[in-house]
Amino acid sequence: VTVSPRPFPPGPYPVVVIGSGPGGLQISYALRRFGIAHALISNDPAPGGMFRRWPHFQRLLSWTKPHAPAPRGSRAYERYDWNSLLADEPDARALQPGLMDGSSYFPSRPEMEANLASFADRARIAVRFDCAWTGTRRVDEDAGRGFVVETTDGAYRAEILVVAVGVAEPYSPPGIGMELTHHYAAVRPAESYAGHRVLILGKQNSGFELANGLLPWARDIVLVSPSPAKFSVQTRSLAGVRARYVQPYEDHVLGGGVAVLDAALDRIERTEGGDGSLTVRVRRTDTGGDLAVEVDDVISATGFTTPILDLPEIGCSISGRSRLPLLSSWWESTTLPDVYFAGTIGQAAKGLVKHGVPANSGAVHGGRYNAMVLAQRIATERFGVAVPRPSVAPGDLVSTIATELAEAPELWHQRAYLARVFTVDPAAGLVDDGVQPLTHFLDATGPDAVAVTLEADGTGAIYPVLYTRVGGDSQERMLEPDPLLRYDGPDARRTIGRIVREVVPGVPTED
Amino acid sequence: MIDRDELLDSIAGFGLFSDLSAPQLEAIIHIFDERMFTAGETIVHQGLSGSGFFVIVDGEALVRADGRELARLGRGDFFGEVAILLGVPAIADVTALGQIRCLVLPGHQVESFLIGHPKVMYRMLQAQARRLRAANRPGT
Repeated sequence: VTVSPRPFPPGPYPVVVIGSGPGGLQISYALRRFGIAHALISNDPAPGGMFRRWPHFQRLLSWTKPHAPAPRGSRAYERYDWNSLLADEPDARALQPGLMDGSSYFPSRPEMEANLASFADRARIAVRFDCAWTGTRRVDEDAGRGFVVETTDGAYRAEILVVAVGVAEPYSPPGIGMELTHHYAAVRPAESYAGHRVLILGKQNSGFELANGLLPWARDIVLVSPSPAKFSVQTRSLAGVRARYVQPYEDHVLGGGVAVLDAALDRIERTEGGDGSLTVRVRRTDTGGDLAVEVDDVISATGFTTPILDLPEIGCSISGRSRLPLLSSWWESTTLPDVYFAGTIGQAAKGLVKHGVPANSGAVHGGRYNAMVLAQRIATERFGVAVPRPSVAPGDLVSTIATELAEAPELWHQRAYLARVFTVDPAAGLVDDGVQPLTHFLDATGPDAVAVTLEADGTGAIYPVLYTRVGGDSQERMLEPDPLLRYDGPDARRTIGRIVREVVPGVPTED
Repeated sequence: MIDRDELLDSIAGFGLFSDLSAPQLEAIIHIFDERMFTAGETIVHQGLSGSGFFVIVDGEALVRADGRELARLGRGDFFGEVAILLGVPAIADVTALGQIRCLVLPGHQVESFLIGHPKVMYRMLQAQARRLRAANRPGT
């Protein structure tokens, strides 16, 4: 029996990718698609990233519709399948629905893990597992650009580093008595909270997920954070607690025993003579006044940070509680060039956040498109790969745009963030410049062009927006929201035609 | 990384928030999002809808309309409110001069925020009155 050697031994590579969650797998696939040689290394023993452990209560927040309006495996189907990774090969596409047992359109955690493992297998993504990233330094200036990546297997050298290590390092804010709490990441099996009084710090998805999972076990549940809980069905975006976890809130407002407090933590202390119980002192932020709550457990659902090791020490600026890097529109560190980020860390490149609606870069269904766009950027800008810019006949432009608005999963999932760009190239004529970050289009100067995206304004409407650039001057042009979200009918085509005729002479009128 | 207490101390010193209690200030840093921008990055695009209300925590920003420089803003200053209050697209470009850290509130939340925090609304009116006086002062 021959054991195949582990791939990617330490040594020099054009690109080193770190991480084998959805982000690392997708960017590795995308780089290979453009012919960019790279090593993919991971601390883990198998693919899956955070989905090898979480969510705690074993079911995802992201859906996959097994029976959707578009056929499974088609590009349009991706709009309804948030969890499969992207591939050109039919046998590696839309893997998630085939691995679900039909009990829910939210895959279970093991089903998601199987989806990612199956993708790695079918798309033949090689990973050097059990190879932990331990440190990074820049190559000496005279020896050229690039980085040395230290690992438990030895040193790698890379011109470009792509970091896809997730946002999964537990974070608890400092505070008096925080050592008496345990983090979401260290939550015990639910049955061990049977009959307990549990206080959860944090009112975001992880806090509500715990509360929801503990409803059949805990005696009392108190959720505490300074600002009121926000719900996705109210913000009409992924900002806020998702519908699946709203049950503890309903229990609260119907007097079932869950308390949801808007209060700032003052301190946590052991209750005097309290047999191990804890007293949590808080100051109410809504009406003022102090409260003391006696509980058995305090769980800190206060988020996660980014385990980017020593990158800040070699110049990668980070910001905020999550220690997310400062990124350009193309997910490159703005202060440490040649270091790019894929997967959920890509949420650090926020884009326009119009109407307060964030992009979905932190989730698989957004990050997977960012990876495709990023790989193309690295290939063209850093390795001189020529990517075709297909010609578009002016007479076909309106139809092409209408079809994109009906089907393009990039535009549906990354609203006001990724856009499809059509450029009037002085030499080549009207060309399809593919999908790009919208902020790049708005900041760039260049020939006349139109960028097509979909947007949402937090009222529940989702509508197309075309950004025109004529003579260097950019304009935002919206289409009327359609209640059935159809933007390929005659009215939409007429409006699209009127707008693009300002950019592209020769687009025929449709009437 | 600047921690929560430092952020609290920073914004406690801002005119806009000077009437708020410590727990209210803590709520502010949860109600607003924190955003960092790097040198040259456009924070608000003139002519685009859906921008937010920004308060500068650290750093400086340049305000320009139609290519003409209108103002430089710094720590404690705010911007974006005119377009939100009037329900129009952004009236100016705002770009980061060096690294800048802001608190930001989505436009559609501004009305309920101000009504819920009348002291902040009053401070905002005072700042607007100062801007109006400066704009009307002869010879400026």
